[in-house]
Amino acid sequence: MSEDPVRSGKFGDYGGQYVPEVLMPAVEELADAYERYVLENEDGFVDEFRRHLREFGGRPTPLSHAANLSERYGTEVYLKREDLLHGGAHKLNNALGQVLLAKYMGKERVVAETGAGQHGTATAMACAYLDMPCEIYMGRTDVNRQRPNVFRMRIHDAEVNPVDAGSGTLKEAINETMRDWATNVEDTHYVVGSVVGPHPFPAMVRDFQSVISEELREQSREQLGQLPEAVIACAGGGSNTMGAFSAFIGSAELFGAPTGAHEPAPDVDLLAVEAGGAELGVDADEGYAPNSASLTTGSEGVLHGARTKLLQTDEGQIVESHSVSAGLDYAGVGPELAHLVDEGRVTPVSVGDDAALEAFHCLSREEGIIPALESSHAIAYLEEYEGEGPVVVNVSGRGDKDLDTVIEESAERDLDVAPSMEVFEQ
Amino acid sequence: MTRDDGADAGRDDASRSDLADAFADGDALVSYVAAGDPSAAATKEYAEALVAGGTDVLELGLPFSEPVAEGPTIQRALQRALDAGMTPDAYLDLVRDLDVDVPVVCMTYYNLILRYGSSEGRDASEPGPEAFVEAAADAGVSGFVVPDLPVNESERMAAACREHGVDLVFIVAPTTTDERLERMLDRTTGFVYVQGRVGTTGARDDVSAAAHGSLDRLAEANVPKAVGFGISAGEHAREVVAGGADGVIVGSAYVDEIADGVENDEPTADVAARLESLARELKTGAERGASADGEGGTTADHDSPEPQRK
Ligand SMILES: Cc1ncc(COP(=O)(O)O)c(C=O)c1O
Repeated sequence: MSEDPVRSGKFGDYGGQYVPEVLMPAVEELADAYERYVLENEDGFVDEFRRHLREFGGRPTPLSHAANLSERYGTEVYLKREDLLHGGAHKLNNALGQVLLAKYMGKERVVAETGAGQHGTATAMACAYLDMPCEIYMGRTDVNRQRPNVFRMRIHDAEVNPVDAGSGTLKEAINETMRDWATNVEDTHYVVGSVVGPHPFPAMVRDFQSVISEELREQSREQLGQLPEAVIACAGGGSNTMGAFSAFIGSAELFGAPTGAHEPAPDVDLLAVEAGGAELGVDADEGYAPNSASLTTGSEGVLHGARTKLLQTDEGQIVESHSVSAGLDYAGVGPELAHLVDEGRVTPVSVGDDAALEAFHCLSREEGIIPALESSHAIAYLEEYEGEGPVVVNVSGRGDKDLDTVIEESAERDLDVAPSMEVFEQ
Repeated sequence: MTRDDGADAGRDDASRSDLADAFADGDALVSYVAAGDPSAAATKEYAEALVAGGTDVLELGLPFSEPVAEGPTIQRALQRALDAGMTPDAYLDLVRDLDVDVPVVCMTYYNLILRYGSSEGRDASEPGPEAFVEAAADAGVSGFVVPDLPVNESERMAAACREHGVDLVFIVAPTTTDERLERMLDRTTGFVYVQGRVGTTGARDDVSAAAHGSLDRLAEANVPKAVGFGISAGEHAREVVAGGADGVIVGSAYVDEIADGVENDEPTADVAARLESLARELKTGAERGASADGEGGTTADHDSPEPQRK
């Protein structure tokens, strides 16, 4: 492995490759393919990737001025519209990149985990488009709370395997996908859905997602005449987060990016909004965290192939996390993001379930955009944002998949902003 | 990533460890159960029964909440153990309490090892493996198998193990490249764990050709070789030992018996008796494989050895 910090997979003490030996050769083969195809554009890989992002994905996505929110908060607010990417979330950037890479590597099958179902759906779409068989693992709880995405995956002809272990969310889905990979490693690629897992996944997924901040930077210059004061993005594993931040950090540069698009821009504040759930903290006795805020309240450990910040008991058992949003409901976070927080480059903040639900309704009413519950966390942070602006919020996805959850949870909580659904009773 | 040289190479014969000694006859039986499944008291009884049945090395699983290398049988066992309250400290108490004269190997995942020193009442300034390795050595643990700690990440763990005279065993998989194999042989002590097939742990009905392929690749290696993953009967043990292994590792086959005992609410002594007789069958198989001295080592359906990988 190279000593180059970009290629070594270590972010300070975080990162690394903590996986069973049976997977290590595949992980090393992937690191090699990452260096050749993604970093060096061998065989024109990145050109083809960028072409698929445009022609299939619909990139670039717009940067929209949110006039009503700007007035409400007294700050110029802009929205980076990953909800308009094909499939309805930023997840396609990464899924397209990895499925294409799997083809370049001669793999015959892919597997993936999914939480909210957005990554599973994006992988299923990319596989249909690039003609690759695919199997998705999804926790039982998530299967039940994200039904529309289960339908979509099945319609794209992906196998969907519910996982019953534990609380049936993302953590269990990742465990099971790793076991499938360990069994079928010779012809299978694991399309990891966020900037987590063993090297090269955190760096590679960041690079595939960095197109978000690359565009955002160009668009800010053109539309605002300046860089934004801050970029706000929600953080589960942290892929939309790293995607929205990386061009300002200067950590990634995909082949064919405009010159200067990735110069470090230390004056741009980078805010990672975690799911505060019901409350912060870890209840070690119950083995439960009523939140998914690993950056804010987690401690250092090793999970799913990387050293990073985790929600765990004192002894190192990983606890069940919680968020109203399935895509943020995870006990870990990407190692690079953990490192950037330790370095002070990224500021972690958190927003609870109630505030996220309110922000969901607020954006839907004020701007005509129904955001994903994950993205609603980023929007909710505007309530607390104190800068002068302009500020960009990354709308990582659209909320069609969340309608059932939002209507139910809003009614249960008696949220003032929630619309009445009396129409059904007439 | 740098590769270290001579300094931490496997011990020479003069200072062989307990663990390596246990393989001296070339027909060792390594028996795995999850500590605390379904209680610490039961594990103690099971361990003693397994040793009475001929077990040469006892491998005790310290349960972790995310056991990614395990199949369903051991996943459920680890969950039963966690539900029954097994912790790293209770595990060390159990090891101290065992009345057996064979070496004990701790099989667990790296996060538990890393966190031990910074958990309550101990205050290492940052997470690291040293505190647990020391505590385990004091309790009588002779070696570690850590499935999510590949050789690349093992430098600090290996140093701590050297310091406390504990062996660190690496797993050779059917997919392991020649280059990785060499690095592992440089660092492994006690024995090498030959993973008999791709995938996760679990009892199977036959011995995979991959096990024979790995044994062929390891034929020249100067360290005992034990084959695990999928071995469940005396005949498998015979075949593997006849094929060049110095021992076999069996886990899920015992855990299936323990799970039956839990399901049917059987007295611990009844389950222990079944474990003892299964261990005896496996040990007898291994002994037969060793006395056949390589003859008839492979069954008819033994495919050609795995090609060497690059
Ligand atoms: C729309 C959306 N945003 C954010 C996330 C969280 O993932 P990450 O933190 O990797 O961006 C998800 C995950 O499913 C998602 O669907």
